[in-house]
Amino acid sequence: MEGKVKDLEGLLQQIVNGITLGSIYALMALGYTMVYGIIRLINFAHADIYMIGAYVGYFCMTFLKLGFFSSLIIAMLVCTLLGILIEKIAYRPLRNATRISALITAIGVSLFLEYGMMFFVSANVRTYPEMTGIMAKTMNMGSLVISMQQIILVSITIALMILLQFIVKTTKIGKAMRAVSMDKDAAELMGINVDSTISFTFGLGSALAGAAGVLVGVYYNTINPLMGVVPGLKAFIAAVFGGIGIIPGAMIGGYFIGAVEVMVAGYGGSMYRDAVVFAILILILIVKPSGLLGKNTREKV
Amino acid sequence: MKKSIYTGLMLLLVAAIFIGCSSPAASDDEIRIGVNYELSGGVASYGQSSVDGIELAIKQVNEAGGVNGKKIKLVKYDNKSEPAEATTLANKLITQDKVVAILGPATSGSFKSEIPVAEKHKIPVVSGSATADDVTVDDSGLKEYAFRICFNDSYQGTAMANYAIEKLGKTKAVVIMDSSSDYGKGLAENFTKTFEAAGGTIVAQESYVAKDTDFNAILTSIKEKDFDVIYIPGYYEEAGLIIKQARALGIDVPILGADGFDSPDLVKLAGADALNDVYFSNHYSALDPDPAVAQFIEDFKEEYNRDPDAFNALGYDAAMFVVDGIKRAEKLDGESLKKALEETKDFQGVTGTFSIDENHNPVKEIIVIGLENGVQASVEKFGQ
Repeated sequence: MEGKVKDLEGLLQQIVNGITLGSIYALMALGYTMVYGIIRLINFAHADIYMIGAYVGYFCMTFLKLGFFSSLIIAMLVCTLLGILIEKIAYRPLRNATRISALITAIGVSLFLEYGMMFFVSANVRTYPEMTGIMAKTMNMGSLVISMQQIILVSITIALMILLQFIVKTTKIGKAMRAVSMDKDAAELMGINVDSTISFTFGLGSALAGAAGVLVGVYYNTINPLMGVVPGLKAFIAAVFGGIGIIPGAMIGGYFIGAVEVMVAGYGGSMYRDAVVFAILILILIVKPSGLLGKNTREKV
Repeated sequence: MKKSIYTGLMLLLVAAIFIGCSSPAASDDEIRIGVNYELSGGVASYGQSSVDGIELAIKQVNEAGGVNGKKIKLVKYDNKSEPAEATTLANKLITQDKVVAILGPATSGSFKSEIPVAEKHKIPVVSGSATADDVTVDDSGLKEYAFRICFNDSYQGTAMANYAIEKLGKTKAVVIMDSSSDYGKGLAENFTKTFEAAGGTIVAQESYVAKDTDFNAILTSIKEKDFDVIYIPGYYEEAGLIIKQARALGIDVPILGADGFDSPDLVKLAGADALNDVYFSNHYSALDPDPAVAQFIEDFKEEYNRDPDAFNALGYDAAMFVVDGIKRAEKLDGESLKKALEETKDFQGVTGTFSIDENHNPVKEIIVIGLENGVQASVEKFGQ
């Protein structure tokens, strides 16, 4: 009996861990999926915008001594601008080029951000200042431990997702985004400014990545210029799993990948954690390339 | 007439080429030692610390008049924490800079990749901190030109297993290992072997890879098990986070580690509150009562305005070890220097007094440091 209670508490704790990790993947996956939805580009630089968000948050908290929320907002703003800038400089000139050249450019931008950052801030790991007050609290329920940081991380993620759904579903710009993602040329004929809609999408996705960066910095307390690489790949898998280009799919995919990782590591296979996640990518691509929520549509030739 | 001018110019040119080729060796008033360390990249803090120690040692040697009337000049390069880069730089140091010996790199992987170059050109290479077992000797035999002045991983893993059982009285261990490095795997293997041989049980063995940040899943799964000590063979970057997350989940058993814990960043990553009941094996401690250590700390503080860490001390000893070899060497070439280094007996360093054994390893004591609220609170010398 006691053993069963212990098992159950362990499972609950693992679920808490999975939701926390999944939130980060979901936030990042949204950026991949929105950009893919609108211009059919896998924006590999997205993971590095997340990294820059973490550094902006670090800078605000360590040197400007700002609080958590103001740092979060500043990081989101900086990342928005950065996302728009990257789109203007790197991707817009390639709008009508082949998809592979845009993809290679995305990889180039990603490497540029990683090693550019390494040049400026060095490759060393940096640590966020220690959290105090409410951010440092933890709650114990039996042997179940939930920290305030986990609660804040998850609630901010959910709030941002609701805000995003609201923007996409009800506002005029959201309508424009959906129109452009369906048919760019037709949208243009209807008087939608395609350029500014795409800029807006990049900005929105980057803001979410920036938020994820700060949340990770606070929660794990460690950042470095290559911190985006592995989570970026996993968030990408999350986006593919849910159906790339579909916003609710990215959320579901994010939480799913987070849960899988935690369960594999927690129940016997810490060695195989990453292998399982990447095996999922291969499986989806074989079985249902359009993802969980995707419809099988034939590619237009 | 004209033809003879051309011939003359030609001869001059040929002569100039020959002179140009031989010029680096021609500077007889200085001895060059190569420094091939991780000054940037993942383990930059090890490399930078080692080099600070080396530079202090060489400065002291030169101020005292150098070696046999010659000044020592360091030729310093950054291998960016990459083994391939370390190999390239070793080649450059030997063929272009004509060094008599190379110090570094700090990590076993990079040091091992440098050794074939050293063997080929017959130039001794010395690492202050490459602790992997197969660095100086492996299945193919002794690496004749590779030396180290630190104990190896099997010694470290064995010592910590004995420490857990004999000094802490713990018998049920969980091992959380960095499976992406030889270092982590070597330590875990030897800890497990010794711990089980001494009557302990390994309750669980978990693994992670470098750069991981989330350890909650494995910590939650071990939390349900019955154990009384955790061993984390790995580097401070991840160990700091593991300790932080373990303490946050309410795991309060003693945590043991190895010299990879030794970094000021450990306390930044884990937080001072989490670093209680944490013990790690190390090469050096500032709390060591040896007067040579006190002198070193004083000199180091004067030079750099901070307390030295183990890598500073190891770098210092590595440099002094090579200087000592040069003093005793019959001639100033790789082969004579290698012979002199092999014959080192009772060398008095700040990381302990040691002699070099037939496998080019030092024979020395290990130090176990205990942390309380993030600061070093206890030091014990252990085993020989």
